[in-house]
Amino acid sequence: MSSSRIEILNDGGLRHDARRPYELRSTSFQLNTHPTAEGSSTVTQGLTTVQVSIFGPREPRQRSQASHDKAIISVEVGVVPWAQGGGGVKRVRGDKRLQEIGASIRQTFEPVIMTHLYPRSEITINVQVLSADGGILPTSINATTLALISSGISILDYTTSISIGLYLKQPLLDLSHVEEQDLPNLVIASLPNSGKITLAQMETRLHVDRFEEMLSLGVEACQVLKTEMEDVVKSQTEKIVERMGVRSVVSSGMAVDE
Amino acid sequence: MAAATTALPSSSKSHPPITILKRARADVPLSQNKFSKKTARGKVLNILRERYLRDDIPCGVEGCQVCIDYPGYRSVLPLKGYTDHTKYGQGQGHWLVIDTNIVLHQIDLLTALPISLPLIIPSTTIRETRHRSLPLYNRLQQLIQDEDRLIWVWWNEEARETATLPKEVEEGREKESINDKNDRAIRQVLHFYPEHLSAALSKSMKPPKLILLTDDRRNREIADGEGLLAVSARDYVDGLIGEERARLVDLVVGGVDEVSAGEKKGKRIYQDYLPQDTLLAGVKTGRYHQGHFNANQYNYLEGTVNIPGLNKPVLLVGREAMNRSVNGDVVVVEILPESEWKAPGSEVVDQDVALRDDDADDDESPGLAERERAKAKEDIMDVDEETKRKPKNILPTGKVVGIVKRNWRAYVCHLDRSSLSDAALTSSSQQTVFATPLSTSLPRIRLRTRQAPQLLDQKILVTIDSWSINSRYPDGHFVRSLGKVESKEAEQESLLLEYEVPYRPFGRAILNCLPEEGDKWKVPVKTAESLEWRDREDLRDLIVCSIDPPGCQDIDDALHARRLPNGNIEAGVHIADVSHFVHPDNPMDSEAASRGTTVYLVDKRIDMLPSLLGTNLCSLRPFVERLAFSVIWEMNEQAEIVKVRFAKSVIASKEAFTYEAAQLRKDDKSLNDPLTQSIRLLNTLAIKLKEGRLKAGALSLSSPELKIHLNSSESTEPIDVEQKQQRETNSLVEEFMLLANISVAAKIQETFPATAVLRRHCPPPKTNFEALQDILQKRKNMTLDVSSSGALAKSLDACVDPKEPEFNTLVRIMATRCMLSAEYFCSGSVSKETYGHYGLASPIYTHFTSPIRRYADVLAHRQLAAAINYTPLHPSLQSKSHVEKTLSVVNKRHRLAQMAGRASVEFYVGLALKSRGEKTGQVGGKSSREEAFVIRTFKNGLAVFVSKLGLEGLITFQKDTHTFDPDNYTINVPAPSGTGTANGIGQMIGISVFDKITVDISIEKNQNTQRGKVKMVMVGPVNSENL
Repeated sequence: MSSSRIEILNDGGLRHDARRPYELRSTSFQLNTHPTAEGSSTVTQGLTTVQVSIFGPREPRQRSQASHDKAIISVEVGVVPWAQGGGGVKRVRGDKRLQEIGASIRQTFEPVIMTHLYPRSEITINVQVLSADGGILPTSINATTLALISSGISILDYTTSISIGLYLKQPLLDLSHVEEQDLPNLVIASLPNSGKITLAQMETRLHVDRFEEMLSLGVEACQVLKTEMEDVVKSQTEKIVERMGVRSVVSSGMAVDE
Repeated sequence: MAAATTALPSSSKSHPPITILKRARADVPLSQNKFSKKTARGKVLNILRERYLRDDIPCGVEGCQVCIDYPGYRSVLPLKGYTDHTKYGQGQGHWLVIDTNIVLHQIDLLTALPISLPLIIPSTTIRETRHRSLPLYNRLQQLIQDEDRLIWVWWNEEARETATLPKEVEEGREKESINDKNDRAIRQVLHFYPEHLSAALSKSMKPPKLILLTDDRRNREIADGEGLLAVSARDYVDGLIGEERARLVDLVVGGVDEVSAGEKKGKRIYQDYLPQDTLLAGVKTGRYHQGHFNANQYNYLEGTVNIPGLNKPVLLVGREAMNRSVNGDVVVVEILPESEWKAPGSEVVDQDVALRDDDADDDESPGLAERERAKAKEDIMDVDEETKRKPKNILPTGKVVGIVKRNWRAYVCHLDRSSLSDAALTSSSQQTVFATPLSTSLPRIRLRTRQAPQLLDQKILVTIDSWSINSRYPDGHFVRSLGKVESKEAEQESLLLEYEVPYRPFGRAILNCLPEEGDKWKVPVKTAESLEWRDREDLRDLIVCSIDPPGCQDIDDALHARRLPNGNIEAGVHIADVSHFVHPDNPMDSEAASRGTTVYLVDKRIDMLPSLLGTNLCSLRPFVERLAFSVIWEMNEQAEIVKVRFAKSVIASKEAFTYEAAQLRKDDKSLNDPLTQSIRLLNTLAIKLKEGRLKAGALSLSSPELKIHLNSSESTEPIDVEQKQQRETNSLVEEFMLLANISVAAKIQETFPATAVLRRHCPPPKTNFEALQDILQKRKNMTLDVSSSGALAKSLDACVDPKEPEFNTLVRIMATRCMLSAEYFCSGSVSKETYGHYGLASPIYTHFTSPIRRYADVLAHRQLAAAINYTPLHPSLQSKSHVEKTLSVVNKRHRLAQMAGRASVEFYVGLALKSRGEKTGQVGGKSSREEAFVIRTFKNGLAVFVSKLGLEGLITFQKDTHTFDPDNYTINVPAPSGTGTANGIGQMIGISVFDKITVDISIEKNQNTQRGKVKMVMVGPVNSENL
């Protein structure tokens, strides 16, 4: 029944979760959340939480896939059974939908990671969706960027991603699950420093006149996300530098002992 | 890099900054909305939704320094509240806060409240209303958007200060219901505002008081406990001063409190409805059935429910079975075991007569109950008898167990004079009276009013509020008066209201969409850069003319035809280019979409588009250049299409003919100019087109079309009525319009297979014809072959009675009534096999040729323009759901407009009969003696059709001297007593369906209802006055 459906955008200009159209959901970026991976991160946007771990560069598991001049990138996506938002459908590894998300992530990062620096090797990106409330793909891309940074793999730039929906003529940023179901939407990933777009994905129909506006808005939103991300990375790095400084004091102390 | 970052913000000036909302850890409990939901399959899902708390919700108070910079702030609520109130008028006056029940039950009061009364509406109220009733929600939205009013919406759930959480379930306490939670949320608003104001305003200013308007007694008690002011609608209105009070007091609906008091008193007449989820589950499992309730307009104690999936309607017999359903409601019925199935009764039971003496105050008066019981018994006996006699007429019989959706609206009524006591006729104390709706398929409505004497001979608008289980009648309240009975203004307005025709003048926002030049607008001079001329064909030199009924101002279509050098004929239909002026998604477009169609009443036209467009800029008037959308065919001699093309064009019509003038011009052998030749050419083509169409199996149906002669355009006194004449040129225009529609339909369906706007006419189920076939077989020994439209057309042609030339028309009218009505649909929503148009025997059809007066045509224009790459298609027309929604409105409007038009004709026929009677100087207006055909026989009467006037009437026999033979559709009445003895067994004369009788038609005013009623009395072969 239409009357019991939620209002996407009410007359007060508020969305169903009281955000305004250009407001993103609350974000949290954490680095190094996986103990054994080369690099990892956990990103939360609203109620969507994704953990990404990077393994590699390492020898490819299948020799035949190895490329002599660059690293190959493989992506695995999994959803934990208790992550809601799938409409009650449990997704298992190998699910078509998840494979597609994996392929999108791979395509997004292939031009970003400097693969020519790691010939004959494989970089594995493992994505785990811990809770889902819309925007799995953009959140995964954001988390992958951070995980890559924490792993020390060379990349060209931050890659940030956002979903943009369209309600009547009003674009909405960072859609929740409910909005995603109701609105035509577009996911873009861009390199904010150069403004280049590495991914623009759309599964619904959209009028061509609105597309350009949404695209440029998405690029701007990616810029905002990047600023936020950069702050986190810098403060993390500062902490590490601080800790390294401490260790150097200790080691010099040991030197004194000797 | 620095350059890049500075470049970005400058491009973003068009919109507010993009920010990331940060949710504090402390907010978590308030910002997560956790609930469980049951899916359709019965699985329970736990759902967690996020909610952000905002600190920037504006309060809307005049001069508030805190909120002034928040987005959306407007100064709406004045610091001086409403003071014209005896109880709450002191000091700074007051503001009102309303809860959901007020919107649900007192919406009429709400819209009538003084404009200067400041009103705060919490978002909880809006949301709950939306959840409960969409029509009321829409009315509430209208109210909120009214800029003259001092209404402010406080988004209480979103604002940090007033956000609420469902209470945790505690030991030993009941779980808080959703209603209680919402009430608490609304009360929170009353706590918030004074606090906010004392912080925001300087100390010296005293803010107005906030008053909670609620009809929920418990809510009021809790509010009192919390130190808030709460008042019921009745008490509040009682406290208003002077005129306002008098104006509003009747609009207050009894309120929840009174109903609960009433419940204890009376004994129950009806069964309770089953709970909603039982109903839904029952419908799903097939135990119950859901459908629209149709009251029988001949018998108020009987109704039917049409259920999709069953080929026969479900019959409801008696009050208890109908269980408080009102015509149009969506009800759930339980079908009784087959042993209890019945056939519909064949007696006319008029509510007005049967329940004449019912007392409005007390429906338990013993006399009445007795009488009704007797009546009901009789009725059931009648039904039983009927059942025994005609086993094949038996319908599945059921009873209503619940209502899914009430379709109550405001009804046009009269006060029932007999429900007023003599003393009450002058007193202005509050009294309970009956209002009788205009439509016979509605029950009488009980209402309380203080102005009964004034309302007596007025048409009034009444809405139903509730119908309790111990009341025979629904309770309603008075909305407003339309004017004196039988004054033309009141009748016309009541007609428009009754058929829900939107007739308000076009608003400013709509008129702003018109071209700035107004009526000075002209097709600009042809230049390369002119926007109007882009991709348009210049057809100004073509000999184009229009043919319309006399007095037509909105000329949609024009035609031309000419010989081509290769021997073929070029024929063109040029349609007004409305889509050039009406752009999608602006106020004019949405208004046109909601109006759906122009409504033609006898003396008035309610336009779909502002008249500047309809009768001037779009109208293809002669001798001026106009924009058009042309369909141009190349045809051979046999009228077969060789080629068709569509183009936006500019034309200059050479002449505007009436049908008559065009016919004369064509027949005048002395004329041989290009224009006349063009008409002749069109005519020869049209004749061949028609032949082809009829060969393919198209039906020629009939419904009586009348023309009413008015005295002059001002006085609108009808003088006379005649049937419309059909000329050759009518059919000329019709054929080409059909052809254009078919060509366009094929084109847009090909280009937009999912969303093309088409029109179809489904083949009627064969069972629809059973009754007619049986009558024809028995009475006239004729058969009707309904296997296909072609077969039907053939057998209809064969139904000729050489003695009665009108008989064929009558059969056609009756056959038309057996059919389904044509409807607009979106090509993606039904399967391709069902696109066909049954009546026209065309596999595909749409409406393209009258965009000035039909909205579906405007949509078809837009789609065709996109199909020929003239403009891109607007996104709304690519969305199936949007097209479906729009078309369902247009379908409904179209149907209602037709009904309104017919009712208007009926009203004027009545007036014409009356004036005819006055002219001949006879007393009592007994004037017209006409021939009529019997179309239906009842146990105690006849339904007849006067084809000359297109009027249907009912003749009832009061005495029991007749016998009824339902198998032969015959009623036997005693022959005039002049021939034999009065008390002996006189000769009987049989009158059956299709017989021709003579009737006297007069207009009789019913004393109770003040309704002018067409009364027919049979005068030949037998005078029915004494029967």
